[in-house]
Amino acid sequence: MDELLGSYGARAGVGRTAPMSEAFLELTGLSKRFDEHQAVADLSLAVPQGTVLALLGPSGSGKTTTLRLLAGFEQPDHGQVIVGGRDVTKLAPAARRFGMVFQHYALFPHLTVGQNVAFGLAGRFSRDERVRRVAEVLGLVDLTGFADRSVGALSGGQQQRVAVARALAPAPEILLLDEPLSNLDPGLRERTRRELKSALAKIGVTTVLVTHEQEEAFALGDRIAVLRDGRLEQFGTARELYEHPKSLFVATFVGRASILPGIMTSDDSARIGAAATWPVETPVTLAEADRVSVVVRPEAVRFDESGLPGTVTARGYVGARAYFTVDVGPGSVEVEASVDAAEVGARVHLDVVHALAFAEEAA
Amino acid sequence: MRRPRGIALTLALVWLVVYPVTLVVVDAFRGGDGWTLQHVAAFAREPREWTALWNSLWISGLSVALAGAIGVPLGFVFERLRFPGQRVLGALVALPAVLPPLVGVIAFLFLYGESGFVPRAIMLALGLDDAPWRLRGAGAILLVHAYSMYVYFYLFTRAGLAKIDVSMLEASHALGSGHWSTFRRVTLPLLRPQLAAASLLTFMTSLGSFSAPYIFGGDFRVMTVQIVTTKLNGDLRMAVVETTALAAVAVLVLLLLRGQAGARSVVAVGKGTPPHARALSQPFARWGAAMLGWVFSVVLLLPHLTLVVMSLVPLGTWTTELLPPAYTFANYGALLSEPERLRPLVNSLWMAGAATVGALAIALWAGRYVVQRRATLRNVIETLVSVPWAIPGTVLAIALATAFSVRAPWVARWLLVGTVVILPLAYLVRSIPIAAGSVVAGFRQLDPSLEEAAASLGASRWRTLRTVTIPLLRPALLAGGALAFATAVGDFVTSIVLYTYNTRPISIEILAALRAFDVGTAAAYGVVLVVFSALAMFLGTRR
Repeated sequence: MDELLGSYGARAGVGRTAPMSEAFLELTGLSKRFDEHQAVADLSLAVPQGTVLALLGPSGSGKTTTLRLLAGFEQPDHGQVIVGGRDVTKLAPAARRFGMVFQHYALFPHLTVGQNVAFGLAGRFSRDERVRRVAEVLGLVDLTGFADRSVGALSGGQQQRVAVARALAPAPEILLLDEPLSNLDPGLRERTRRELKSALAKIGVTTVLVTHEQEEAFALGDRIAVLRDGRLEQFGTARELYEHPKSLFVATFVGRASILPGIMTSDDSARIGAAATWPVETPVTLAEADRVSVVVRPEAVRFDESGLPGTVTARGYVGARAYFTVDVGPGSVEVEASVDAAEVGARVHLDVVHALAFAEEAA
Repeated sequence: MRRPRGIALTLALVWLVVYPVTLVVVDAFRGGDGWTLQHVAAFAREPREWTALWNSLWISGLSVALAGAIGVPLGFVFERLRFPGQRVLGALVALPAVLPPLVGVIAFLFLYGESGFVPRAIMLALGLDDAPWRLRGAGAILLVHAYSMYVYFYLFTRAGLAKIDVSMLEASHALGSGHWSTFRRVTLPLLRPQLAAASLLTFMTSLGSFSAPYIFGGDFRVMTVQIVTTKLNGDLRMAVVETTALAAVAVLVLLLLRGQAGARSVVAVGKGTPPHARALSQPFARWGAAMLGWVFSVVLLLPHLTLVVMSLVPLGTWTTELLPPAYTFANYGALLSEPERLRPLVNSLWMAGAATVGALAIALWAGRYVVQRRATLRNVIETLVSVPWAIPGTVLAIALATAFSVRAPWVARWLLVGTVVILPLAYLVRSIPIAAGSVVAGFRQLDPSLEEAAASLGASRWRTLRTVTIPLLRPALLAGGALAFATAVGDFVTSIVLYTYNTRPISIEILAALRAFDVGTAAAYGVVLVVFSALAMFLGTRR
């Protein structure tokens, strides 16, 4: 294991402990067009070495195309991919040697687990060293002793780990993960996510992962890039995205949120319906009387004696807490509270802790 | 105790497929007074027999190599590259599949034979007095085999490539393998099952091939021709021993190659998105590929064209000219207006039609059992419906001729040889694996809960079959039926053993016309056969 870790450090010329703030993986103005469809538009990003970068977005947002541009399976129309100061944009996938874990794993069915893992080592290491490295990486993903198994005989979770081991075996500079958990049963997903996170942390390889699930991106990614229609919507840590989204899209795509129509009454408050005025945070400057969408998270609203009046229409249990749906006239609001905080059908008032306002999007 | 499910079908299949062949084998070891090895010894003493057997084997091996050498690269080009005309050409390239064996052979004869178009053109161009070559012997047989059998490799390669998930290749590239290395380490191993299947199919088809060796072989004998010649010479006993020998070789090869092919089963993991075909953007490569494709297609189409041209030549008008001087529809007119010439057309149609209906019924019946987990005989049934595929047509014909030339109902033997029943029955047996292959595959894709749903809604078994199963299986039934019909309507190899004057099919009439040097009539019959098979295939594969 130490040896494996050592080889990463040696290759990059730095130890894991040395904090690296300068960019290691850089995308500059990356663009890709497929016929009429602009898949990726002027995307620029930079992360230091050892970062796990999550590309998050709905389907069609360009995140998979970005990953394929990184791997070299597609050539960008404009822009560059720079790794450790070296421009790799024109290099073929085979010359880049980025480890890639495919969504459906793409394990070679005609080879055993060990042969799959050794595939990328051909011609680069001596026979003995190949055998040793295969054993090492298989140990890393907790599959010691599986080398002679057929890949068809593995469970989904094991296949996923073989795919990770295969990608890691040649000690790549960058590891690419395409929806790494989407093919697993929900029960298995949680566990595999934890295992994957600890494996990535141990190795410290710079990783780019693509996902459409916010939870997955938050759990695995050090930095998260939210993509929409091929453009970078916001780039930051999970906390920044959740607490300070820069757009209505990010606010609603990341985490649970309710949207209510409102009208600005000053530069930091908005009137909801007829009865209530809420203080709002405005990531983009808004003027008085602007029509806005007010976004509130379920944990940032609470039942109160006064405030926005409404009627509880539903209650969904999540353990000791519950999500209440409250109809407030212009829309409905989700409220997280203790299970017995209100009954369905009750008249309630809502007070707000934290809300965001965004200009109403032109449909 | 309840009788096991599918026992009636199993018995029927055994009677149709296994029983006749067994009778032949038994016959080979029996003399006037019980068991004897004297016939086998007589066979073994004859060097001719060994030569014929050896010829059959090496011709088949070389046919596999040649067909693979043409079909595999062609499959890659048409599956992986995009160039002008690629779609049309891709369909044209599969054309030899709709040329019945005997028709392909006579088309080659008219095209490349001593007085064919190509030698004539060469003689004229070079001022030669004699034809530059004679279309005879092993070379001619191999030429025909390569032409008609590369299609197996072409279709199997394309199907295999289409099933390879693009991420397999991308994974290989990402792990540092270049194009050649990926081809060698990933693509080829993944194609192995398809290539093995195509090799097996080609080998078995060559082993049973009769038309080309019969017409072109001359002194060069393969076993199928040997058997028919011996039978026509009246030495039934020797024909039976020869048949046994060929059947034994076929079974041996099948077991040997099957073991090879299934050595490691390859289970693909992944959703199976095939790679996008690479569009050739360089003008040179683009037009080069297109040119090559077109030239190849013209070469492939020449036999078909030759057939059409020859069918328009009236009897005795073409002597030494490069191209025939006169063209009329007289040959076709004669086919339709003279009852004796119309007879083979009618015969072929009804016999092939009846065989197809029978084969489809058996396929449906078998398909039901094969997909049922609880049917104890399902493996037996599945084997039985695929076995006739491995039996060379000549062997089957001799077997049926032996089994059904005596009347002994107490051992399930009736006198069928010489009646109108025997040829449709032979076609039926040969069609079973074709129809069953398609229908069983259809059954496998059928969700069993659909039939259960129908039953739970109160539909009887017949109503379920009629209103649910058959409509859902329609594509499979049509495809299997079309292929079975096309094969039966062009059959030559079993017909030549079992026909009578009144039941003679088109292929026999083509042979007769050829012997009378009436090439126009032979070609016209050939065109009609091609049209029948093409029509069947078109209707059968329409979506």
